[in-house]
Amino acid sequence: MEDVLRVENLDVTFELHQSEVRAVSDLNFGLKAGETLAVVGESGSGKSQAFLAIMGLLAKNGRATGRAMLGDVNLLGMPHRQLDEYRGRDIAMIFQDPMTSLNPSLKVRTQLAEVLVRHQHFDQQKAVRAAIEMLERVGIPEPARRANAYPHELSGGMRQRVMIAMALLCRPKILIADEPTTALDVTVQAQMLDLFRNLTTEFGTALVLITHDLGVVAGVADRMMVMYGGRSVEKGTTDDLFYDPRHPYTLGLLHSTPHVEKRAQRLDPIQGLPPSLEHLPSGCAFHPRCAFRFEQCFSERPPLAEIGDRRAKACWYEGPLKYEDVA
Amino acid sequence: MSDILTIENLTKRFSIAAGLFSPRIHLTALEDISFSVKKGETLGIVGESGCGKSTLGRCILQLLNPDEGRVVWMGEDLTKLPGEAMRRRRQDLQIIFQDPLASLNPRLTVGEIIADPLRTLRPELKAAERRARVIKIMEAVGLLPEMINRYPHEFSGGQAQRIGIARALITEPKLIVCDEPVSALDVSIQAQILNLLADLKEQFGLTLIFISHNLSVVRHVSDRILVLYLGRIAEIASGDDLYRDPRHPYTRALLTAVPIADPKRARQRNIDALVGEIPSPINPPSGCTFRTRCRFAIGLCAKERPLLEEAGTGRRVACHRWKELELALADA
Repeated sequence: MEDVLRVENLDVTFELHQSEVRAVSDLNFGLKAGETLAVVGESGSGKSQAFLAIMGLLAKNGRATGRAMLGDVNLLGMPHRQLDEYRGRDIAMIFQDPMTSLNPSLKVRTQLAEVLVRHQHFDQQKAVRAAIEMLERVGIPEPARRANAYPHELSGGMRQRVMIAMALLCRPKILIADEPTTALDVTVQAQMLDLFRNLTTEFGTALVLITHDLGVVAGVADRMMVMYGGRSVEKGTTDDLFYDPRHPYTLGLLHSTPHVEKRAQRLDPIQGLPPSLEHLPSGCAFHPRCAFRFEQCFSERPPLAEIGDRRAKACWYEGPLKYEDVA
Repeated sequence: MSDILTIENLTKRFSIAAGLFSPRIHLTALEDISFSVKKGETLGIVGESGCGKSTLGRCILQLLNPDEGRVVWMGEDLTKLPGEAMRRRRQDLQIIFQDPLASLNPRLTVGEIIADPLRTLRPELKAAERRARVIKIMEAVGLLPEMINRYPHEFSGGQAQRIGIARALITEPKLIVCDEPVSALDVSIQAQILNLLADLKEQFGLTLIFISHNLSVVRHVSDRILVLYLGRIAEIASGDDLYRDPRHPYTRALLTAVPIADPKRARQRNIDALVGEIPSPINPPSGCTFRTRCRFAIGLCAKERPLLEEAGTGRRVACHRWKELELALADA
């Protein structure tokens, strides 16, 4: 199957007063229809900036190079006016805090209908009808009544649903969700994840889930891409990365996650702090925190290399990844 | 183990101005809360946003004054203590907040922030002695002593939380209320702070009250867990009992909603999805407040409020049907 989105050699840099900071380096990945890709990493890993760049939403001092191919169209470097033809129609993005993305002074129905009038050239009446229908599909009770509400009159979970409904109005090929459940309570989060699962099977939407929560990833993602210091350090299926991680950082994230089923005596956290992008360590950016490092890691950056079927890792260490094996 | 803290029939109401000329609305944030904390244990408090968990933590420390009920700390009712006596008692009872940077004064150096409680509570200490204690505590929480003259903005979230912990520890407290202490932190840092809290608890013989919406985290740190729903206790039990054999339908729903970081099990799992969201505490449902989202609700649940009943050793549950329901999780 062909990729609905193919990202090649994506670099994102930010101009600062005296210097330039590289937030994303040489990112490559493909996304197929109906699949869910989880992009996992901690703050500063570049996971959000990579997708803001693809959506043309970088801050003014940001610059993206490389290619982001939506079919045979390159989204990167496209003028905003032209980009608007694709954003919202073929590719949509939702954010952690729905309140900052919804217009507080417009009723829900007005905001939703606008999308359809703009992209599908619906008349107002038809657009409102379609909007209410979509609100119902994302699980909003009494959609006709809620459509008349202003965003502040809705709860956090409802607002997030409105955001998702808005993103789905044009049945986009790709939905990018940046920490969509982080601000929600666990019971509402479970409802949202259920909604995401239905959405990919029902509409064939490809979903990119940007998150730091491995629990969320395990429940919905088909494939994973782990990012560290602006680079992809491991890629593969969710099962492969969870049950047989090959990069020490992936292993470290798994060991840092507390499990509700059992009370472990201690967690095995990764030591130290995530690096500042302005002062990335030499060689492998993870080496100062890595339990498996050796001389090569200090000086040479490991490339992201294929290791078998649809898997890749960027790490020099070839031995088995078990904490008992290292001092 | 003996009880170090006992909360008896604690109720907290807030009154809210609905509009300039409309009458004030009363909101009951906590209603008739009773439980005790044993010396040296970690009691977890979980619930969704708006359930009153942070209000409870603040009522225990008398940062908020409860409207009814008693907070008995080592035999003494804190709600009756005059201001000055309560201030001295605060040496024993400390708090750590969620947002580490927001809870640190940006104009003070790290050393000044950590020493601040000593200035008010132990004014007799000499500057050199204060400094020695600050350095000792910085080392205990994993901060380098040479950072003593730096300002909070120079620190990352995880390090800022270590400063918050050091500030709480400096008075040599017996109990610390941890209010969402790791929720704002990255996963790897979260694990470091959880381990640190466990070490410090051991080292200083602390009793912890750990408030969080994250069930996995609470389960990891707690000996016993208290589940709050809309200002009332739904269930209280040991962590093991609660997970293996939840007795309240709300506890069960919370447990099945927690994401499991294990793809195969996550796929197999049946989520006991709750419909809707937590109702407004301004106008709570009659009878059992959980009944509007409970799939086991019967007529009785709308009429009568369930009492918090003994349900085996060391556990209590507030549900009319707890004896007849089979709630144990299949995959637990």
